[in-house]
Amino acid sequence: MKEFSHTAGNIVYRFDGLKTLLAKATPARSGDHLAGLSAASAEERVAAQMALSDVPLSTFLTEHVIPYESDEVTRLIADEHVPDAFAPIAHLTVGDFRDWLLSEQATGDVLQALAAGVTPEMAAAVSKIMRLQDLVSVAAKIRVVTRFRNTIGLPGRLSARLQPNHPTDDPKGIAASIVDGLLFGSGDAVIGINPVSDNLQTVEGLLRMLDRLREAYQIPTQSCVLAHVTTQMEAMQRGAPVDLVFQSIAGTEAANSAFGVNIDMLEEAREQALRLKRGTVGNNVMYFETGQGSALSANAHQGVDQQTCEARAYGLARHFQPMLVNTVVGFIGPEYLYDGKQILRAGLEDHFCGKLLGLPMGCDICYTNHAEADQDDMDALLTMLGAAGVNYIMGVPGADDIMLNYQSTSFHDALYLRKMFGLRPAPEFEAWLETMSATGIRACVGFLE
Amino acid sequence: MTKSLRDYTPARVDLGRSGHSLPTRELLDFQLAHAQARDAVHLALDVNSLAVELNQKNIPSIALASAAPDRTTYLHRPDLGRQLNPDSRERLQELKSSYDAVFVIADGLSAPAVHRHATPLLEAILPKLDWNIAPVTIVQQGRVAIGDEIGEILGAKLAVVLIGERPGLSSPDSLGIYLTWNPRPGRTDAERNCISNVRAEGLSYTLAAHKLLFLMNEARRLRLSGVPLKESAQALPPHG
Repeated sequence: MKEFSHTAGNIVYRFDGLKTLLAKATPARSGDHLAGLSAASAEERVAAQMALSDVPLSTFLTEHVIPYESDEVTRLIADEHVPDAFAPIAHLTVGDFRDWLLSEQATGDVLQALAAGVTPEMAAAVSKIMRLQDLVSVAAKIRVVTRFRNTIGLPGRLSARLQPNHPTDDPKGIAASIVDGLLFGSGDAVIGINPVSDNLQTVEGLLRMLDRLREAYQIPTQSCVLAHVTTQMEAMQRGAPVDLVFQSIAGTEAANSAFGVNIDMLEEAREQALRLKRGTVGNNVMYFETGQGSALSANAHQGVDQQTCEARAYGLARHFQPMLVNTVVGFIGPEYLYDGKQILRAGLEDHFCGKLLGLPMGCDICYTNHAEADQDDMDALLTMLGAAGVNYIMGVPGADDIMLNYQSTSFHDALYLRKMFGLRPAPEFEAWLETMSATGIRACVGFLE
Repeated sequence: MTKSLRDYTPARVDLGRSGHSLPTRELLDFQLAHAQARDAVHLALDVNSLAVELNQKNIPSIALASAAPDRTTYLHRPDLGRQLNPDSRERLQELKSSYDAVFVIADGLSAPAVHRHATPLLEAILPKLDWNIAPVTIVQQGRVAIGDEIGEILGAKLAVVLIGERPGLSSPDSLGIYLTWNPRPGRTDAERNCISNVRAEGLSYTLAAHKLLFLMNEARRLRLSGVPLKESAQALPPHG
């Protein structure tokens, strides 16, 4: 294990190994403090950032934060690294990498070609020494476009996941929220329900209801019921209409195991979904959600800081060429991200790391009522993610998810962001909206009578 | 087609708009709900009033505190909310005996939930139990798992934790009930059973007590709690 050090004034700060250095260099957040991984002082944090900025990127290819032998996520990251793609930055340190990313040389095309050469730990490392405006500037250069029944992530576009959750999974209640969202132009990323129950019959019923509604009104979008992946696989076996397969994932094998998933299982689910051939303009069939702190909450972080764990989850996600990936940034609670400031930074870090690694990043801009945050904090993150070119955000009626009991972004928020940045919905969905009058959309309710 | 979307769901649908934003009334309604939820999280548990109230109903109780000294620490350090402070531990050890069950009242993330629903719920369940019940423990800054330590120290076979749930915008005072057979530190969530959403607009005291009694009897009969108990409970016909 390498030792890293930096001298500030007359104090020599030493860091045992890359894992420790990454953790100590992380901007303050409650989860790393809870895990006992964070810097002991503000000065130690910056000393760690200075030491980190001197580390050659090539070091990340030889020193793994979790051993290759014991973790399948590490193996995936190492085995899928493409040296040719890495070549343009192979000679850089982490600090040089930041300068290079911000330079005019690093255009969108260059960054797109670079993605396969960047490991999650490199992305996490450079993000730790970037300010918010750096995270916005670089992410804004990268477009990641995916396709299923429409096209998400094109320049000048902003999509929204319509999230019509209901406390008892009542189909009519869900449909009423869908209609409300469609009236506001939300739903192009996906119409995705978090079910209360993971029960197969309930999940299948909701899948069929979504499909009937989409077919009846010829809505060019995809649907999803966010049950456990094994439940969705069973539903597919029974012939249920599954568009996107959803799963929550994390950045360590142990954390994924706590979620009841592994790489083989996700691979099998993806192949099953591909065989259904339900995509009309493309075949990106997976939908992943992530969030800083998930590995720690499963006590499966293995001494790795929560933001590096999160970037590793993106390393896992990209293997499956997903249609959608979003961090659910403030959902986990204040013991991981304490307040609006920590949520803001984490949201922008996640979006940047995901985009740099080649993922179609969206964000569930959100908070719980025991976090020190409110709508003003969400407005700040929402607006900065708009500037950063986020692929999609959530659309929840009035920002109040009455099933999951947290606050996300609303249909109004999506309108605001489109208006402020001159953004439009996915092209296929936009064309559909133009053919539909408000009365026509409202009539979708009649479908349920 | 004259029906409003609001007739179908309690979600905040059909809010209208001012430009692309929320109309003033809807904006302020949301802010009020959020303020109530925030206040619920930060309101201190009124241990004395609760003890007096229980005493009036002839329910003996003891006041305890977790190792989290204040709300800020409690929110940062979930581990501290799961263990008693040394003084509480010492006082509890004096009550050590052999009990069938102990009821633990903890503020969790909503003291108002406990203020409103803990006593009425105990009144609904206690008369139905011919059990040797320990004094009710009232815990400040407590999380669910603190019932494990309390149950172990007292020598109780079953811990029933009544705790304020994480407030949602429309439910600042929701009480949750967690059962753990053979409680001791290290128990996992998979080893517990939960009854959620006890509040005026949610699960009534009568129905909650009914479900609780069923789970308590089953836990005692099967000598376990958690996933296996849930599965056997599901096999039985639903209760009204």
